[in-house]
Amino acid sequence: MSETTQEVEKVEEKAPREPLFSKKNRKLITDPLNDDNPITVQVLGICSALAVTVKLKPSIVMSLSVVAVMIFANLIISLIRNLVPNRVRIIVQLVVVAFLVILVDQILKAFVYDVSKQLSVFVGLIITNCIVMGRLEAFAMGNKPWPSILDGFGNGLGYAWILVAVAFFRELFGSGQLLGLQIVPEAFFSFGYMNNGLMILPPMALITVGIIIWVQRSRNTKLIEE
Amino acid sequence: MKGLRKYLDKNVKPLFDKGGKLERFWVVYDGLDTFLFVPGHATHKGSHIRDGIDLKRTMITVVLAMVPCLLFGMYNTGLQHYIASGVADSSLMDCFVFGAMKVLPIVVVSYGVGLGIEFLFAGLRGHSINEGYLVSGMLIPLIMPADIPLWMVGLACAFAVIIGKEVFGGTGMNILNVALTARAFLFFAYPTMMSGDQVWFADAPFSGSVDAITGATALGEAAAKVPMDQLNASFGLMDSIIGTIPGSIGETSVISCLLGAFLLIYTGIGSWKIMLSSVIGGAAMVAIFNVFSVNTLMEIPPLHHLALGGFAFGMVFMATDPVTAAQTDTGKYIYGFLVGFLAIMIRVFNPAYPEGVMLAILFMNVMAPLIDHYVVEANIKKRMKRAKVAA
Repeated sequence: MSETTQEVEKVEEKAPREPLFSKKNRKLITDPLNDDNPITVQVLGICSALAVTVKLKPSIVMSLSVVAVMIFANLIISLIRNLVPNRVRIIVQLVVVAFLVILVDQILKAFVYDVSKQLSVFVGLIITNCIVMGRLEAFAMGNKPWPSILDGFGNGLGYAWILVAVAFFRELFGSGQLLGLQIVPEAFFSFGYMNNGLMILPPMALITVGIIIWVQRSRNTKLIEE
Repeated sequence: MKGLRKYLDKNVKPLFDKGGKLERFWVVYDGLDTFLFVPGHATHKGSHIRDGIDLKRTMITVVLAMVPCLLFGMYNTGLQHYIASGVADSSLMDCFVFGAMKVLPIVVVSYGVGLGIEFLFAGLRGHSINEGYLVSGMLIPLIMPADIPLWMVGLACAFAVIIGKEVFGGTGMNILNVALTARAFLFFAYPTMMSGDQVWFADAPFSGSVDAITGATALGEAAAKVPMDQLNASFGLMDSIIGTIPGSIGETSVISCLLGAFLLIYTGIGSWKIMLSSVIGGAAMVAIFNVFSVNTLMEIPPLHHLALGGFAFGMVFMATDPVTAAQTDTGKYIYGFLVGFLAIMIRVFNPAYPEGVMLAILFMNVMAPLIDHYVVEANIKKRMKRAKVAA
C-alpha cells in the first residue's frame, strides 16, 4: 500500500541560521496531528491501527515503536539522501527501516516480553507501514536532517494519538478496563451492564476511526471537500 | 379534520415559521404536521405527478402490515413465559397482557431513542425529519428476544440510526437495513443476550421449571443435533406455522407474516418478486441439503425449515426494504433468490449462527448494487448488439 509516487515536498532552504523551532519547523510537528494526520486524513497505516488497538498498553507500545522508527529512519535517510542513487532508493530505504524495526523488536522482546507477544507480527510489519515509507519518500529524501527528524516525530505522533484514542474507547467499552485496571465499577455490572463484545472485534476499530474522522472533518473546515 | 387544519394554520404554524417564536423547533412541527396531513406541495413546472402516497404514508402502511406480527408476538411472549414457568392453563388474555407489558416498553424505547436522534440530526442539518425510522422503529422490537434489557435496545437503536443511516446521509442513502444493523450490533456486542437458551423467555425461572423446556429455539435445538423426531415433537410444523414456539418477539408466526405480506403486496409497497424468489431460493437450498441429510439441520424438510426462525419475517419485511434491496426487476429475482439460499446455508453450515437470515440479508444488502450494475450492463450490451444489427 506504500505510496511511492508521491511528489517530494521541498521545504525551502533559505537563511543559513534558522532557529531550531522556527514557525516552519513547528508546523512540521503540528500539521500531522490534525490537518494532515496520517491516519484520518491520508488514511495510511490503517492495518496496524485496526489490529493492535484492542488494549491500551500494546497500542501505546506500538505508537512509541513507530515514533522511534520514524524519527531514526527519517534522520538516516536524510543524512545519506545525496549518496543514494535514485534508482535503488526504495531498497535502501527498506534496509534502513528493516534494520530499525529489528532493533525495536529486539528491545521490546528484551524489556516488555508480554506486550511484544501481543503485538506479535505487527511490530515486524512496521516495515511495510505506509506512513514510514511515505515520509521517507516524500520528505526525508529532499530535506535536511533536522526538519526530517521533526517530520518523523510529528507524523509518528499523529499516528500515535489516533491509535491511543481508538484503543482508549475499545478497551474502556470492550473490557471495562484501562491499561489492565478495572475502570467500570462492579456496581454497574450488577445493574445489568455488560462489556460490549463488538468493541473487541476489528470492525469496531474501523468504525471508531470513522467516527474520529467524522468529528474531525466537521470541526476542521480545511478538510471539508467540495 | 378541516377544523384542525385551520386551527393549525392559524394558531400554531406562525409560531414555528421564520421569525416566529419557536423557529428553532420548526423541524419538530414540520414532522408532526406532515404526519397528520399530506403536505400541500404541488409541482409548478413540467408534467410531474405527485402521488398522494408520500413517504410517510408508505411507511405507515408497512407499520400496519407489521401489526399482526406485533400482536401475535405479545401473545406468544406471554404464552412462552407461562409455559416455561409451568402454568399450564393460562388464558389468552393472561398471555396477551403479560406479553404486552414486556413488549411495549421495548417499542417505546426503540421509537424514543431512534426518533430522538432523527429529530436531532434534522435540526442540526436543517432539513425536515426523515420518515425512515417509522418502520425501523417497529422492526427493531420485533426482532429482539423478549428478555432483552431496555438499555441495550436503546444503544442498538442509536448505533443503527447513527452508523447505519445518518453517516450515509439519512433515509434512502443507507447501505444496510437499519433494523438488521441494530440486531447485528447486539448480536456481536452482547452475544449472551441475543442467542443461546436463556433469552427467549421473559422472566422465566429456569431452575426447577418443567423439564420438557430446554429454552432453546427450534434452530438452536437442531444445531445441537437433537434427533428429528424429538424436534418434530417439540416444534411441529403446525406450531411453527402458527408461531407458538420460542423465538424473537415478532418472528415466530408465519401466518402473521403472511398477513403482512398480503397487505404489502396488495398495496404494491413490498416487492412480490423478492419474496417469491427468496422462498424459492431457500427451498432450493433445503432440498439440496435434504439429499445429503447428515445432521438434523439438513434433515428438516423444506416447508418446515422455512417456517422456523426468522425466515418468513425477514423475507417479508427486511429483504423487501426498497432502499437496500436490488432496484432492477431482474436484479430483484437474483437478490431474493440469493438471500433465501444464503440464509439456509448459513443456518446449516454455521451452528454458531443458528439464525442465518439476518446475516444473509445484510450480506446481500452489500451486494445489491453490484447485482444492479451487472443487470444494467447486460441490458445495455443486449441493446447495443441490436443497434449494431440494425445499422
